[in-house]
Amino acid sequence: MLGLLIGLIVLVALVVVYYINRIIRLGNRVDNAWSQIDVQLKKRVDLVPNLVEAVKGYMKHEKDVISKVTKARERMLGAKTDEEKVEANNQITGALKTIFALAENYPKLRANENFMMLQEELAGVENKIAYSRQFYNDSILTYNNLVSTFPGMMFAGMLRKEKKKHLEITEAERKSVKVKF
Amino acid sequence: MERLNVQDEISKNKLKSIGLMVVVFLSLIFIVYVIAQFCDPAFAYLFVTIALIFSLVFTVVSYYNSDKIVLATVNARPATRKEHRYLVNVVEELSLAAGIPIPRIYVIDSQEINAFATGRDPEHGVICVTIGMMKILNRSELEGVIAHEMSHIKNFDIRFATLVAVLVGMIVIIADIFGRSLWYGGGRSRDRENKGGVLLIVGLIFAILAPIFVKLVQLAISRKREYLADSSGGFLTRYPEGLASALEKIKKYNHEGLKVSRAVAPLFIANPFSNKKVSVALSTHPDIDDRIKKLRNM
Repeated sequence: MLGLLIGLIVLVALVVVYYINRIIRLGNRVDNAWSQIDVQLKKRVDLVPNLVEAVKGYMKHEKDVISKVTKARERMLGAKTDEEKVEANNQITGALKTIFALAENYPKLRANENFMMLQEELAGVENKIAYSRQFYNDSILTYNNLVSTFPGMMFAGMLRKEKKKHLEITEAERKSVKVKF
Repeated sequence: MERLNVQDEISKNKLKSIGLMVVVFLSLIFIVYVIAQFCDPAFAYLFVTIALIFSLVFTVVSYYNSDKIVLATVNARPATRKEHRYLVNVVEELSLAAGIPIPRIYVIDSQEINAFATGRDPEHGVICVTIGMMKILNRSELEGVIAHEMSHIKNFDIRFATLVAVLVGMIVIIADIFGRSLWYGGGRSRDRENKGGVLLIVGLIFAILAPIFVKLVQLAISRKREYLADSSGGFLTRYPEGLASALEKIKKYNHEGLKVSRAVAPLFIANPFSNKKVSVALSTHPDIDDRIKKLRNM
């Protein structure tokens, strides 16, 4: 009888430890995924001045677009809230897209090795942003499923963990930013 | 549902890997024991002790170095960011999508389109790609292939498949190296004729044993895992058409075949041997048309 009781207590303890660890681990994964997006956004911001430098000499008639991307970058660096950041990033995305579209009209620029390298790097970063967002949303889905279904929700309540919010821009952005060449 | 399947697959792969190591370990000892009984039972214990040490070293060394052995047999060299920027970027992208550390990247100098993944776990993953693949495939096709390999890494397919290639396939690898050096290095000097004779006999024994072990490697590795990696790769890029059209190009452009050992053939995304040459090896890979069809129906 006593043995049974001890066995039962051990079993319950194991289940509790399993769920608490799982909630914490998945929560950490979500946070880590979020910081990955940030890393990639910063990388893109760092590449912008290089791109401006590379295209400036060739695209003399496109000063507007070039200043637009520079301004958007400054806004991004100065952004204080998450909303401002998202907004500035969308502007960078749009401006970069225009630059690469316009670059099609400058054969000399397109043949420039430095430009080609930057184009590849930026295409890579755009995809990395899209994929890290995708992974972030996937991680959130697993996390939310865990904390909102039985028995995970009991432990989530104990730990005061709540459902997290998805990023909603992914799909539309992923289609529009792909730099094809 | 999808998650549950993948989790199942991971634990199955880990269990199978341990099982394989135990089986190889015990059969090596058993074989030595039988041989010892046959020759001189008095020394049986000594032989078995030596065999014990040898198979322990063999299995442990194989576990930690199987990826290096495989990379050496296919003549792969590390990719650099400077030389293969495009490939490095795509691999980094998909490791972000899969949420695993960036695998080490290797290239094979061949115009064929092929790729494989190896390593013992996602922390020690390796992706290896032919030069031809980077040249012929466009970005979304390359992404499709790398996503397929990334799924192999994530599912721990790489651990089991690489261990099979090295532990079971060692005989085949040696036989293949022998076969190749006999062709190229035969009759270089007359002084070594005696030594050459012994080597020839050893080579012959290995050549006889090799087909049996090729069959064993094929039996151990199921074709189901390729379909699974196709579908989870398609899920990773959210664009299965990329991999489908890459497979179409593989079917269209691959004629020459790769010079690799038969033991490592099942690791590749597509059969590395030209279709007419080795029909047995075909059975390691599912029908390419069927894979394309499945991807397009996703």
